[in-house]
Amino acid sequence: MASVTFLSQMFRDMRSQKLRTLLTMFGIIWGTSAVILLLSFGEGIHMNQRKSVHGLGEYIVIMWGGRTSQDFQGLPRNREIRFKEEDAALLQTVPHMKAVSAEYGQGGVKARVGKVDKLVRISACWPVFAEIRNLIPQEGSRFINDEDMKYRRRVVFLGTELAEELFPGQDAVGQYIHLNGVPFQVIGVMKQKEQDSSYNSRDTRMTFIPSTTFKTMFGREYLNNIVFKADEPKNVPQVISGVYEALGAKYKFAPDDKEALSMWDTSEMETFFNAFFGGFRIFLGVIGAFTLIVGGIGISNIMNVVVEERTKEIGIKMALGAKKRFVRTQFVLETLLLVTIGGLIGFLFSYAVISLFPLLHFEEYVGIPRMSFSVSVAAISILGLIGLVAGYFPARRASDLNPVEALRL
Amino acid sequence: MPNGNGTIINMQGIHKVYDTGKVKVDALKGIDLKIQRGTFAAIIGPSGSGKSTLMNILGCLDVPTDGVYEFNGERVDGLHHNRLAEIRNEQVGFVFQNFNLLPYATALENVELPLIFKGVPTKKRRERAVELLEKVGLGERVSHLAIELSGGEMQRVSIARALANNPSLILADEPTGNLDTKSGRAIIELFEELWQKGHTILIITHDPNIPQRTERVIHIKDGQLTENGNGAH
Repeated sequence: MASVTFLSQMFRDMRSQKLRTLLTMFGIIWGTSAVILLLSFGEGIHMNQRKSVHGLGEYIVIMWGGRTSQDFQGLPRNREIRFKEEDAALLQTVPHMKAVSAEYGQGGVKARVGKVDKLVRISACWPVFAEIRNLIPQEGSRFINDEDMKYRRRVVFLGTELAEELFPGQDAVGQYIHLNGVPFQVIGVMKQKEQDSSYNSRDTRMTFIPSTTFKTMFGREYLNNIVFKADEPKNVPQVISGVYEALGAKYKFAPDDKEALSMWDTSEMETFFNAFFGGFRIFLGVIGAFTLIVGGIGISNIMNVVVEERTKEIGIKMALGAKKRFVRTQFVLETLLLVTIGGLIGFLFSYAVISLFPLLHFEEYVGIPRMSFSVSVAAISILGLIGLVAGYFPARRASDLNPVEALRL
Repeated sequence: MPNGNGTIINMQGIHKVYDTGKVKVDALKGIDLKIQRGTFAAIIGPSGSGKSTLMNILGCLDVPTDGVYEFNGERVDGLHHNRLAEIRNEQVGFVFQNFNLLPYATALENVELPLIFKGVPTKKRRERAVELLEKVGLGERVSHLAIELSGGEMQRVSIARALANNPSLILADEPTGNLDTKSGRAIIELFEELWQKGHTILIITHDPNIPQRTERVIHIKDGQLTENGNGAH
């Protein structure tokens, strides 16, 4: 009730001092925008980077053969370790293993459609490969399945770009391409994806066929590599040592002979990036928060001036029976109101920037900024804290005025 | 109210020393003062005589350095600032020479202030403020901003404000000092009217016309009282 009267007085005061009010709030508007935009863009960049990393697959391990570096059970070092398809099957029994696929590879294969010729790379794998490597079929198409494997069907799954080049403007599914002269039916085309790392070649330019078909066609005995994935990111190291044990037992090398197998653990990259972006976010948050704090200091200064200007008013109110507490509350509330309005404008401005940003089509480089819940909570708590602190000191000064002296002005 | 009897102000040996660090100024040097309920009195004295200091202590805006002050039967020297604020709010009505209104608030809002500090609910507060403004003859000016009013009107608003919580004492500090003769006379008449209705009124002034109309005149000089009023106590 009483506060309504004071709010209306406050608005009148703010209106009569438009420029001052605006300048005061500008610091808060700018600070809020800085906090939100920096954190939102940081989040967007992180998401973007994660999406690209996951283009290869989430926390997967790619494993190639190697050479032993220790003598073991009477066998000399420096023996070459290579895998066969059955080894991939063996690894399925390793604890916490979620999926394993064998992979053969063959580059320089001639792909022909009508009169168009292209050199492509074949990856020959198991049906589960799609899940491991995030190869998602476009609508109305599919990846290799168990039937294809069983009957060694001549079917092919195409990368997005390659399908576009071989069958421009047409639906590739159901059509035929010749790989080294052998006709293959297209069963699926990959959905477009971001991918910033690869081995051999990017998926979008690949052809994928069943490993069984490949074996008959090229008569290859040894795999190029095996890809596998643990059930959870935290279990990756355990799965890797399980793999060393299983293959070490079979090929007679010490389970701690790291050189015997060569592995690329993509979860390491992810761990690194998570740590990196965690730090990056703290850095951006701190910069934003400091900008906001500077805005808060500005508000505090202005409130001091306001107290000075309104000393007389404070004296009058005290003479009429306002207690110190009342005067203090009034000034803290006024500061909070200024901060709230400034913060709100900052929020709206940031929201507008974040909403309009995708229209600029920069997402390939910096992703799409996201104003997440945690970003908003962070900004609001910093704002509230700043408002309280910025208001408290001028308010205390106001309430400590001696009414006699305040009136004398 | 016109229960004429009963002491509202009882001061004994009131001293006020201003210590500026280098010099000590004895503003009040042992004031003894008793004022009965329902009195209309003037305190007069040259500038620098301690008038304002006395008024501040009388109105519980300031506390004495030494001495005993009973206001309405309550010892008020050395009270906590919150209790002093309550006394000012509920038992004292101030009228100042320069009005001391909030310039960008309406007449109504100015009168509402003491009621706000007392915690009177909005509707009641508004009714009371309108009633008071009508009483001082400003029923038409309720929603004017204070700066839009003439000096005489502003002083009426401040009298209405002083009456808001029905105080036991009205303290006026040079209430006619900033007014032309005509408005000044009207204000004094308003005080007389209020006195006849039973209010206790103390006017601090050096306007020679005022003491002629009050029932008691208290002189102050060099921080000490000398009295030669008519209805002296």
